[in-house]
Amino acid sequence: MNLQFVADGLVTGALIGLGAIGVTLTYSILRFANFAHGEFIAWGAYATVVGVGLIGFATGQAMTPLGPFSFGWPVLLAGAIAMGLTALLALALDAVLFRLLRARGSAIIMVMASFGASMALRSLLEFLFTSAPVYFSREIQIAIPLGAGIRMTPDQLLVLGLAAALVVAMFIVMTRTTVGRSMRAVSENPMLATVVGVDVERVIRATWLLGGALACAAGIMVGITVQIRPYMGFDLLLPLFAAAILGGIGSMPGAVLGGMVVGLAEAAAVPIFGAGYRGAVAFLLLIAVLIVRPTGLFGVRE
Amino acid sequence: MILDLVGYGAYFLATALTYAVICLGLNVQWGQTGLFNVGVAGFVAIGAYTSALLTTPEAAGRFGGFDMPIVVGWAAAFAVAGLAALVVGAVTLRLRADYLAITTFGVAISIQLVALNAQGLTGGPFGIAFIPRPFASLQGNSLAFNVANFLLIAAVAAVVFLALERLVRGPWGRVLRAIREDEAAAASLGKNARAYRLQAFALGGAIMGLAGAMQGHFIGFIAPDNYLSAVTFQVWAMLIVGGSGNNRGAVLGAVVVWGVWSASSALTAALFPPADQARAASLQIVAIGVLLAVILVWRPRGLLGEEVTVSRFIRRRRDNRPEPASAGEPEA
Repeated sequence: MNLQFVADGLVTGALIGLGAIGVTLTYSILRFANFAHGEFIAWGAYATVVGVGLIGFATGQAMTPLGPFSFGWPVLLAGAIAMGLTALLALALDAVLFRLLRARGSAIIMVMASFGASMALRSLLEFLFTSAPVYFSREIQIAIPLGAGIRMTPDQLLVLGLAAALVVAMFIVMTRTTVGRSMRAVSENPMLATVVGVDVERVIRATWLLGGALACAAGIMVGITVQIRPYMGFDLLLPLFAAAILGGIGSMPGAVLGGMVVGLAEAAAVPIFGAGYRGAVAFLLLIAVLIVRPTGLFGVRE
Repeated sequence: MILDLVGYGAYFLATALTYAVICLGLNVQWGQTGLFNVGVAGFVAIGAYTSALLTTPEAAGRFGGFDMPIVVGWAAAFAVAGLAALVVGAVTLRLRADYLAITTFGVAISIQLVALNAQGLTGGPFGIAFIPRPFASLQGNSLAFNVANFLLIAAVAAVVFLALERLVRGPWGRVLRAIREDEAAAASLGKNARAYRLQAFALGGAIMGLAGAMQGHFIGFIAPDNYLSAVTFQVWAMLIVGGSGNNRGAVLGAVVVWGVWSASSALTAALFPPADQARAASLQIVAIGVLLAVILVWRPRGLLGEEVTVSRFIRRRRDNRPEPASAGEPEA
C-alpha cells in the first residue's frame, strides 16, 4: 500500500487544524458558528500576495527563493504583517456587524449574518483579484524521499513545522496566560466568568484577533502548498466545521486532531473515489460524528 | 413594443414566482419554526434533477430519461426533496441549532459535487438538457409561451401560498410558533417539539424541491452551476427583505429582490465591457450581502414583518363577529 497519502493528509490536516482552532474558539466563546471564518483564510492569503507585491516593487527585484524553499523572505515578512491585518479584519467585522447583533442575543441571527458577510467578503475578493488562481512562486520543488515510499517537498515540511509551532504557541497562550485562561473561563460559563471579574469584551476581542491571525497563517500555507483563489476559504469551511465538531466544540487540541483526521481522510479517499468527491469527505465525517458522538472527541455535553 | 414588454413581464414574474415558492418553503422552516437551512440550493437541486431524470426522453450515456409526464416529475420532486429534508432533519434536529446550519451547508455542497461528478446520473458539468417545457407547442410564439408558463407557475404558487396560509393559521402552525418561542412551554402542553420541527423541515424542503422542478422545466435545461450557494443566499435575502414569518412577505421579498437583481444585472451588462462582466457580477453579490446585513441590524422585521396574531378565531372576535362554532378548539 502506498503511504504517500499520509504525508499529503498531514499537511492538509495541519492547515485545517489551524483554521479550526479559530472556528472552535468563536463557537465556544461567542456561541455561534461563524461561516465567515473561511474568508479570513482567503483575505489573509491575498493580503500576503499584495504585501509580497509591494515589497517587490519597493526593492525593485524579483523574489529569490530562500534555501530549499520555493519562496523568499518577502512571503514571511508580508505574511507576518498580513496576520496582523487579518486579525484586525476579524475585529472590524465584529465591530460593524456581530457586536450589534450580539446585543439582541439571538445566536442564529449571528450565524445568518456571518453567512451574508462571508458571501460579501468572498465576492469582493473575486471582484478585486478575479477568480484566476495566484501563486507566491512558480519554482518547481523536488520532493525528498522520507522512507516507506513517502515523499515530501521542503515547502510541505516547512508548513508542517510552522503549523506545529503555532499550535504549541496557541497552547501556551491558552494555558499559561491570563487572557487564555479568561477565554477558557468565558467559554465554560460566561456568567460565572463575569462574576469573578473577567472582562468579557476583552476576551471577545482576543478571540477575534487570535482566530483571524491563525486563519491568515493557514491561508498563507495553502498559498505555499496549493494555490490562492477567492474560493479557497469557502472550500475549507466544511472541513473546518467538521474538524471543530469532531474534536469537540471549545477544545483546541480537539480542533487540531480533528483537522488531522479530516485531512488524512480526504487524502485517503481521493485515490479511491477521485478528486471530484474530495469535498464530500468532510461532510460524511461530520454526519458520522453527529450520529455517533455529537459532543466530539473532547467535547462536553451542555 | 407593448407586447414585448408584456412578454418580458411574464417571463420575469414567472422566474420571480419560482423563487417565491422556494422562499415560501424557507419561510416554513425559518419563519415559522426557526430552523436555519443554509442548504436551500441543495434541496432545489434535488427537485430539479429528480424531475429532469423522470421526464426527459431517454438519453445515451446517462441513467434514466423515463419520458414521464411533467406532473409526475413535479410530484416526485416534491416527494424526494421532502424525503431528503426528513433524513437530514432526523440526524440534526436533536442537536444544537447551528449544527443544522452546518449540516445543511454540507448537504448543499455534497449535492453540488454529485451533480458535477456523477456523470452517469446527472450529466456532470454539462447538466441535463431537453427537459420538457410546459406549453412547448407555443414555443414559436414567445409571448404566448411566457404568459402561459407564467399563469401555470402563478397557479402553483397560489396553491402553495393558500395551503401554507391555511396550515400556518391552523393548529399546526400555531404549535410551530409556540415551539419556536418557548419550547419548554409547548412541551409542557404535550407537544412533541422534535416531531413538529421535523415535519416543518420536511415540508419546507419538499416545497423547495417542487420550485426547483418548476424552474428546470421553465428553462428546459439544468446544470450544477445553477445550484451554487449564491442561490441559497439570494433566497435568504428575499425572505429577510420581505419579512420572515409572513407568507405574503416571502412572496413580496422574492419579487422585489429578483427585480433588484435583474435590474442590476442589466445595468452591469450595459456599464461594463464583456470581459469585466464576471467581476461586476460579484459586486452584485457584495451588494446583496451588505443589504442582508443592514436589514438584519436595522430592520429585522423586513418589509412586511410577522403578524403577531395569526389565528383566524382571535381576529374574528376582535371584529365583534359572532364566534364560529369551532372557536376555542381544544387541540393546539
